[in-house]
Formats: sequence, structure tokens, C-alpha cells
Amino acid sequence: MNRFPLWKNLLIGAILLISLIYTLPNLFGEAPAVQVAPTNPAFKANAQLLQEVTDELKAASITPQMAEISGDTVRVRLANTDAQLKARDVLQNRFRDGYSVALNLVSASPAWLTAIGAKPMFLGLDLRGGVHFLLQVDMQAALAKALQRNANDLKSQLRDQNIHYTGIDSSAQGIVLHFADAATREQAAAFINKEFPDLQFTQRDTAGDFALQGGLRADVTKRLQDSAVQQNITTLRNRVNELGVTEPLIQQQGTDRVVVELAGVQDTAKAKEILGRTATLEIRLVDDSHDIAAAVQGQVPFDDDLLTERNGMPILVKKTAELTGDYITDASPGFDQQSSQPAVHVNLDSRGARIFRDVTRDNVGKRMAILLIEKGKAEVITAPVIREEIDGGRVQITGMQSPQEASDIALLLRAGALAAPMDIIEERTVGPSLGADNIRKGFESNQWGFVAVVIFMMFYYRLFGVFSALALTANGLLLIALLSVMQATLTLPGMAGIALTLGMAIDANVLINERIREELRNGSSPQAAIHAGYDRAWGTILDSNITNLIAGIALFWLGSGPVRGFAVVLCLGILTSMFSAVTISRALVNLYYGRRARLSNLSI
Amino acid sequence: MEFFRIKHDIPFMRYGKITTAISALTFVFAVLALVLRGLNFGIDFTGGTIIEVAYQHPAPIEQIRSVLDKAGIHDATVQNYGDSSDVLIHLPVRAKDNGKGQSSEVVMAALKAQDTSVNLKRVDFVGPQVGKELYDNGALALLVVAGGILLYLAIRFEWRFALAAIIANTHDVVIILGCFAFFQWEFNLTVLAGVLAVLGYSVNESVVVFDRIRENLRKMRKASIPEVIDNAITATMSRTIITHGMTETMVLAMLFFGGDALHNFALALTIGILFGIYSSVLVASPLLLMLGVKREHFIKQQVKSDVRADGAQV
Repeated sequence: MNRFPLWKNLLIGAILLISLIYTLPNLFGEAPAVQVAPTNPAFKANAQLLQEVTDELKAASITPQMAEISGDTVRVRLANTDAQLKARDVLQNRFRDGYSVALNLVSASPAWLTAIGAKPMFLGLDLRGGVHFLLQVDMQAALAKALQRNANDLKSQLRDQNIHYTGIDSSAQGIVLHFADAATREQAAAFINKEFPDLQFTQRDTAGDFALQGGLRADVTKRLQDSAVQQNITTLRNRVNELGVTEPLIQQQGTDRVVVELAGVQDTAKAKEILGRTATLEIRLVDDSHDIAAAVQGQVPFDDDLLTERNGMPILVKKTAELTGDYITDASPGFDQQSSQPAVHVNLDSRGARIFRDVTRDNVGKRMAILLIEKGKAEVITAPVIREEIDGGRVQITGMQSPQEASDIALLLRAGALAAPMDIIEERTVGPSLGADNIRKGFESNQWGFVAVVIFMMFYYRLFGVFSALALTANGLLLIALLSVMQATLTLPGMAGIALTLGMAIDANVLINERIREELRNGSSPQAAIHAGYDRAWGTILDSNITNLIAGIALFWLGSGPVRGFAVVLCLGILTSMFSAVTISRALVNLYYGRRARLSNLSI
Repeated sequence: MEFFRIKHDIPFMRYGKITTAISALTFVFAVLALVLRGLNFGIDFTGGTIIEVAYQHPAPIEQIRSVLDKAGIHDATVQNYGDSSDVLIHLPVRAKDNGKGQSSEVVMAALKAQDTSVNLKRVDFVGPQVGKELYDNGALALLVVAGGILLYLAIRFEWRFALAAIIANTHDVVIILGCFAFFQWEFNLTVLAGVLAVLGYSVNESVVVFDRIRENLRKMRKASIPEVIDNAITATMSRTIITHGMTETMVLAMLFFGGDALHNFALALTIGILFGIYSSVLVASPLLLMLGVKREHFIKQQVKSDVRADGAQV
């Protein structure tokens, strides 16, 4: 009765073999690498690029251990981090434009393992070092911006239609239009209904004031919010690519949050600055018709903003933006050819180019302000006089204080604007040395705990203890293989989870062994005792593991970051332990004792 | 080798009053610690910034304090962490931060200016809003786990068992929290994960005993309920102690080798597992008795016919 059919033994053997294969990459670990990825669609990661990369490295007398094309990047594996840093500098010098050169880690396993998709476990930021940001999108600002844009359109279109309003207020709460009489208001309401499907207005009457009050429709608000988050994610992705981070994680969380995880980033200050900046460009007309002195006293004209130029002079600028950063296709730092001042060269798309041409044509002789808007604060970079109509969509902006600033602004403009400002509401940075330290400590605690448990089991339950220890080893193997295959993120609490599940997994074997002893005490024959022991213990094992599983699932559902990593390991560990403690140890017992017809005693 | 070769059942239930009294006492003590001292919540729950830096030499704590003070950061707490070259700087949430998380840059810039050998090891910044959410989610997780286990045991066994187990294990959780409050150990997200794991784990202890009680209720027809429970506890005691010993071994390895990051997590588990043994054996079972468990709760159909048969026979 204690024999498994052949297929069952073979199946168990096959499962163990597969787990062993998929665990192997963890032993080989990861090696430092540098990757070159084309950012310009005109370039491709092909054999030619591979050749260029290896030639360049050869010229600098760096011998890569391996060079390959992987997807749309070229990767070279290097012996150590010194060679990696040197190779990065060399390649960055050579592939400056149109490529991003970044540090990376690649699996150091033999090729056949990589070919069957066996990868080492995916380490969380607390183990490999890096930054985790949780960013909150400021929806109020995004909506206020949209309202302002609509209000501007409304103003000009009502004017075009000869519908006279006496006043318009727009704030983050909504738009209020004032009219002299009810008839005009009717006319305006009908027009708005037809031409502005995004807006919704209701009539409001207070003594002598005929007003329309309203704002964005609920569904439009929702759509705007969704697209604001999406656009921000796209923008962040572009910016992160500029930073040269490999495999960044940028994900929406909830309705208005974005998670950014950058592994291996050393300069967190720079990363934070690049990510957090919400700068965009606006081109507005300068209002020179009003008295600047009066404005400084507090009498700022209704549709103007009072700003300060870089030289400290106050300047009145129209509230309406003629052109925004949305139309920019490219921006690069450079120098003005005549004055050799630092400058940014901006290319506009066709629509932007047309708008810019119209604006410059209609306003020759007037001044135009180029503003950098950051976190709702506008800064006038420069306010030149328009000499002539500018066609072709190529704009040169001067007024930067240093080439570094020109290059920063160019980067910001190129990477696109954020649809809405974002605030960092959570940050977790782990330095690379601490990450390596965490791995070592996590590994050590597992190792010593495991050794202690195995020694005790073998003393206490003798041969059955050996079987239990083997089953526990198999459990560890299965768990690591499963984590590697699933590429679930392993965090430090996750490593603690491995130790904990190993400690708990032995529970099932203790239950079984105790039960067998008890059956023997009650006078069962050895074979019957084995059978009954496994049989009766199973119900208990199931019950006790399910309660653990409930805790694991709740943690996964409500936990975040490292805690979630713990939950994943806990859940998987419970599942593998049920398999290994019951099936694998039973298979071992069956193989050893199952064929003996006359068994007088058990080594337990 | 066998540690527990017990010939006669130990009359645990006779000591029920004493053990319950001891539990009640520790429980009250834990609650008092919680109420009077409160938990020392980490920044995960309160919000704030933690910066861990390492020097090449023993860290000049006093100098760091004055450097930060000069940089306009007056409310930082600076202390040694791990060994003498590591420093932990804690900045509370400030209204003027406005959730921008910039202060870590200011701190690092100031420290770098004073001593270039300083190295950033870790920054944790949690905005107050996120802290509140993590707190809420943590509390919710605790409720969900307790509710889920209650439901499962009620279905699998019977509501009296479920209630007894959940009370016994909530008692463990309160004691862990009480220890954290009494010693003012930092309570963070990982510790919470540990507490929840303990909840799942020590219920499993009660399950083992309950399983045996159920089995005995069917087998030991003549025995009284306290006898049935005594026998179940005695029979499973060896397993209870061995298995907890094994898990505790793993957890202790974590406590000693796991480093600072896992220290409090391992501490929560250590306390939880120790009290877990005690509570599932000596709290859950007397509770079961108090709640009035009867043989009929499990063997209804047979019981009905047995009652009639008994009446005729005796």
C-alpha cells in the first residue's frame, strides 16, 4: 500500500529536474553590462551597430565577455564594474546623438539556460539598489489649465460671433459669464451648446446680473484626468530614457498616481530633478500698451500677468498663450551664431509652425515673451522684439545664463511637458552597497536557519528526518524555481518570507512523523502506520496552510512594495510546501520502505 | 530520540482558570502599554523622512547636528545606527515641505560639504497622505485576515471553534503590539507584515488541536469534554513544540543574521510564535470549553439516534 505508481515517481522526478534547471541561473548570478539603445527611430540595433560597438571597445582596449543584440538594444557583458564604467564612458562619447547608453545587469548563465528562458530571480530595489518614487498628479492644476484654455477660446469665439458679454471669470472652480440682458444670454447659451460640447452651463440670476455659470462636464473631466495621467506617464518615460536607465518601471497606480522605479540609479538628486520638473514653454505677447509702473503698484490689467525678466525688470505679459510646448517636436542646445551666447534651437510641428508664423506676422514690431512655466510659476527667459515674420517652424531662443542651462531646458522641452504637475509623495532610495548587504544578510539568515532545522530533524526523526530534510530542500528548490520563472520581485522581506515558509513547511513533516510514531505506539504495523500517518495528517496540513494562505492573500492585496514581495513568497511557499512535504517525502518513504513486505521497525 | 513520551493525559483543563487568568493579566498589561505609551510608529505610518548615511570613520554626530542646524533643518534627530560609522537622520513631516520630498537633497548637500567621505545608503520619504493610507490599509489587512480566518474556521469546524481561535490569536497580536509599545520599538510596515503572518501561523496551531478534538469527539464516546480536550492537547503537544521550535529557529536566524532591516520584523515573529504556542493550547481550548462545545455539534445525525438508543439502554 505504500508504493507510488511509476508515473507518479517519474512526474515527481521531472518536476524536481525542471526546478533544478530553473534555479541554476540564480547560482550564476548577474554580470555588469552596458547597453546601447537607439532612441531615434532612424537607427536600428543591428549587426552593424554591434560591430561598431565592439570596434569602439577594442579601440579603447576593453574586451567584452560577450556582445549581443537583444531586442532593440545592443548589450555587452563585462568582467567587472570598473570595465563596465569605462565602457560606458567610451560608448557614451561615441554614441552621443540618437542613442542612449546605459548601465545594466545581464544574466551570467550559460547561453542554453538563457535560451530556455531560465533567468535569475528579479531582485527588488531594496536588494539591487535604486529609487522608487510615488508621484501624485495634481488634477486640480490639470483641470484649471483646461478650463483656462476653454475660457480663452470662449472669449475669442464669442467676440467673433458678436455676442457681447460684460465679463468673464475663470477659476479652478469654473467659468462665469456675465451678460447685460437675458436675450444675449440665450443667444450665448445656444452658441456654447453647439460649439463647446465639453462645457456645461446653467443660468444664474442675481439682481441686474444675467450670468451663465458652469464648467467642464463630468465625463470630460474624467477623460481629461485619464489622459493627463497617461500623458504624464509617456512624458516620464521619455525623460527616463534620457536619463539612460535600463528597464525602468513606470506604472499608473489608482486614478491619479504614478509609480516610477529606477534600478541602479546612483544620482538620485538628478533623477528627482528631471522627473519632478514640470517645465513647459509658452510664447505670449508682451503688453507694452499699459503702464508698467501702475501694474507694479497693484493695478495689473485684467488679462495680463505681471512677471519679472531675468534682468530684474518687471514686465506685463498677456495671459493668453499664443503657443505652448505641445507643438515642439525637437529641442537641442547650441549657440547663437552671431553673439555666440548659449541658445536652444526649437523645432515646431506644422501646426505650431503655422501658428508661430501667424503670430509673428501679425505682431511685427511688438515684443514676444518666451516663458518657462514650472510648477505654475512663469519665468520670462527672454522677450525679444519681433523683427519679421518667422516661417518654417525653427525658433532659436537665447537668454540662457550658461550652456548647462541651455542643455537642461532643451532636455525638458524635448522630453515633453507634463500635462499636470506632479508631487513626489513617497520616495525610497537604496544605495547599491546597502542592497548587496541586504542580499548577503538575507541569504545568511536563510542558510543558518536551514542548517539548524535540518540537523535537528535528522537527530530527532532519524531516517524520517532525512526524508523531511530532503523534502525541505526540494521545497526551497521549487520555491526559488517558481520565483525565477514568474520573475516575481524578490525583496528583503521576501527573503525573510523564504526563511519563514521553510520554517513553517517543516510543520507538515513534523505532523506526519508524529502521527506515524503515534500509530506505531498504538500497535499498528509499520506499513499501516506510514499509510495512516500520511493520510490523517493531510486534513490538518490543509487546514493549517489555508489559514496561512488567507493571511498571505490579504497582505498581497493590501500591502505595497516590499511587503507585497513578502506576501508573494509566503503564498507560493505555502503551495510548494504542501506539495513537497506531502508528496515528495512520501515518495522517498515509499521508495525506501514501500517494497519491503516484512518490515519490523521504522527509523523514526 | 523523543522528548515527549507522555503516558497519561495532562489535565490542562483543570488549570483552565489559572491559564486564563495569566492570559488575562498579560493581555491587560499589553493593552495598558498600548494605551499609556502607544506604538512608536515608523515613518511608513506617520510620514516623514529617514536618511541613512555611512562615513568611512566613526560618525561625528555632534558635527552633523550643527551642520544640519546651519542648513536650516532644526527638527532633525540624528543617531547612530548599526555600527559607529552609520548614522540615521530622521526628519518629521513639515507643512512647508508641501510633499516635495526635497529635504533629503538639502541634508546630503550639507553633509557632503562638511565631509566628502559621507555616503548615502538609504532614503525613505513618505508623505503624510501616503502614511495615512498605509495605516488605513494595514488596519484593514488586520481585519480582513481576522475575518477571513474566522469565516474559514466557522465553515470548516463550527462557530465556537472559530471564535475561540480568533480570540486566542487576537490575544497574541495584542501582546506583540503591547511589547512594541512597552519597549517603544519602531513599528513599521514590515513589522505589520510580521504580525499578520503570526496571525495566520498561530491559528494553524489552534487548527491542529481543534482537528484532534474533533477526531476525539467522534472516537472517545465515553469521555467528558474536558478529557477529550486534554487528550487532544497532550497528543499534539510534541508536534506543537517541535514545529514551533523549528519555525522559531528560522526566525532567530533572521534576528541574528538578518541585519537591522529585518530586526523588528523578526522580533515581532519571535514574540508571536512564543505566545502562539501558549495561546492556542492554553487559551483557545479553555475558551472552547467556556463557549460550551458539545459532541452533538459534530455528529448530529448519529447523535439523534444515539440519544434514543442511550435512553433505552441506560
